[in-house]
Amino acid sequence: MIKNKNLTGPQSVTANRLADGVVVFLTADSQWSPRVSDSAVAQDAATAAALMAIAGKAAADRIVVAPYLFEVGVEGVVVRPLSARESIRAKGPTVEEREPASLG
Amino acid sequence: MYVYDGYDQTFLEERVAQFRDQVRRRLAGDLSEDEFKPLRLTNGLYLQLHAYMLRVAIPYGTLSAAQLRQLAHVARRYDKGFGHFTTRQNIQYHWMKLEQVPDALADLARVQMHGLQTSGNCIRNVTADHWAGVAADEIEDPRVYCEIVRQWSTLHPEFSFLPRKFKIAITGSPNDRAAVRVHDIGLRMHRNAEGEVGFEVMVGGGLGRTPIIARTIRDFLPKRHLLSYLEAILRVYNQLGRRDNIYKARIKILVHELGVAKMAEMVEAEWRSLKDGPLALPAEEIARIQAHFTPPVYPDSPVFTPEFDALRLSDAGFRRWLKVNVAPHRQLGYAIVTLSLKPEGGVPGDMTADQMDAVAALADRHSFGEVRVTHTQNLVLPHVRRADLPALWRGLSELGLATANIGQVTDIIACPGLDYCALANARSIPVAQRITQRFSDLARVHDIGELKIKISGCINACGHHHVGHIGILGVDKGGEEFYQITLGGSEDQNASLGAIVGPAVPNEVIVDAVQTVIETYLSLRRPQERFLDTYRRVGMAPFKERLYAAA
Repeated sequence: MIKNKNLTGPQSVTANRLADGVVVFLTADSQWSPRVSDSAVAQDAATAAALMAIAGKAAADRIVVAPYLFEVGVEGVVVRPLSARESIRAKGPTVEEREPASLG
Repeated sequence: MYVYDGYDQTFLEERVAQFRDQVRRRLAGDLSEDEFKPLRLTNGLYLQLHAYMLRVAIPYGTLSAAQLRQLAHVARRYDKGFGHFTTRQNIQYHWMKLEQVPDALADLARVQMHGLQTSGNCIRNVTADHWAGVAADEIEDPRVYCEIVRQWSTLHPEFSFLPRKFKIAITGSPNDRAAVRVHDIGLRMHRNAEGEVGFEVMVGGGLGRTPIIARTIRDFLPKRHLLSYLEAILRVYNQLGRRDNIYKARIKILVHELGVAKMAEMVEAEWRSLKDGPLALPAEEIARIQAHFTPPVYPDSPVFTPEFDALRLSDAGFRRWLKVNVAPHRQLGYAIVTLSLKPEGGVPGDMTADQMDAVAALADRHSFGEVRVTHTQNLVLPHVRRADLPALWRGLSELGLATANIGQVTDIIACPGLDYCALANARSIPVAQRITQRFSDLARVHDIGELKIKISGCINACGHHHVGHIGILGVDKGGEEFYQITLGGSEDQNASLGAIVGPAVPNEVIVDAVQTVIETYLSLRRPQERFLDTYRRVGMAPFKERLYAAA
């Protein structure tokens, strides 16, 4: 499930909140936001590893579960996932009549 | 219906208390995720793409109205007000909160429901013909044996850590509605030359990345040997099934590698040491379980009433519904009614809590308080007086559950796909929705006739695409959703695997491609030929030609 192999471009970290399962994104001030647009973006492998270290501690502290890196595109201040999978995960199901998982 | 005794109920309550403590320890940090994951999976709790998902077992697809009301309650209280019926007669809740799951399980336990055997490498919830006990063509009610298998298999210590998950399905009719040939073990009840009822035993069927039709290893197994024979099969598998490679771990690979004759020989050898031991089923025990499945006492009811006749003559919609959503019942004056969870533009298998409550009320009024769940993601009211059909049709129409499309082009099986599933490569539900919108004219749908479209969002094939008359498999091509089309699959007593037509097509054209396949069929069919008949007669070539000429 962890799809962070061979990532190259800018990356962010996502996870689920442990207690309620809500999809969250790691922010620049080491908080977790339900909005993908709040994500901290790592431009290089070292920064990505640092973000994952923060996420690993949050997992150990039982704030989140199953954190992983995913590729993002950055346009100005807008951060958006590149893959269909991560886009759907960030915005919620594309099935119209259902409430989205989290605010995109 | 089977009702838990004190032993079962106590066991279930103890399991809920145990899981409550496990969740508490997880949230308190006494259990890591690695430690907790197998514990939550044992209780049917997954972590999916967006949230926790709770899968609740509906053994052999039989529900009481009271249980359906409790499923509605769980949807409303702990989820977002809806549930999703799956291709294994279960229900899934897609938006659960870990901290609330113990309360949800406690509420489910009050109506004898749980998430056991809906995950993990164990013997999964046993499935059956959704018309069990009422079908006009049935030899014997398979649920009696499903329940016996359930009691034997639940938390079976020897079979709790199998090489891989293990699925058993049982049909009591010659016309297979339980897809037994695509299960790890399929059992078909039939009569031998002496008139005794027993089982044909098939093993090694399955879908996924290596689809295989099950092979028969025993033509006739007497009922009293059911458990010992299953145990013999499981033992051979448990010892020889591959644990080194998850993709080769199912029993179908073992059967394929050993050969069916060798597999049968090993099972028979193992069975000889088991057959007359403690697993032999005494006739009294079979009778005791059978008593739970005694059909209701059906008061006499007319086959036709003036209201029924008048509505049938005057209303084409009612006629269409009678034709495909209503089936013959073994009791004269009664009918089996399928509720379509496939409205135009809907999500296959989804049902709101309000709909569940309303169907529970209809079940109480018209079906002796009993409901069935089908592996095709619909519901069934199994005991409806034919005289009640007009009233029921109106009631179901108001609820959006009377779409006259059962077994037709828009009665699509679709897995949750990339909209919900962490494993998926592409979306399934929106493709199903678009097909139902393209084929929204019911007159046209009925002209096309029986046609089963099945859609999976990845190779794991939860949407059974391999056995769809038209199968659709979502694939990821460089981050884009593409769909591979297969033709000629079937899951019934003449089971076959679909063949790939050609290269996968992009998301934008998949519905056009399906339409092209259907139009090709319409141009080729002979009178009375269903899609599958035409395909089997003419083969792939004309479909392939039209599909890729158009592209």
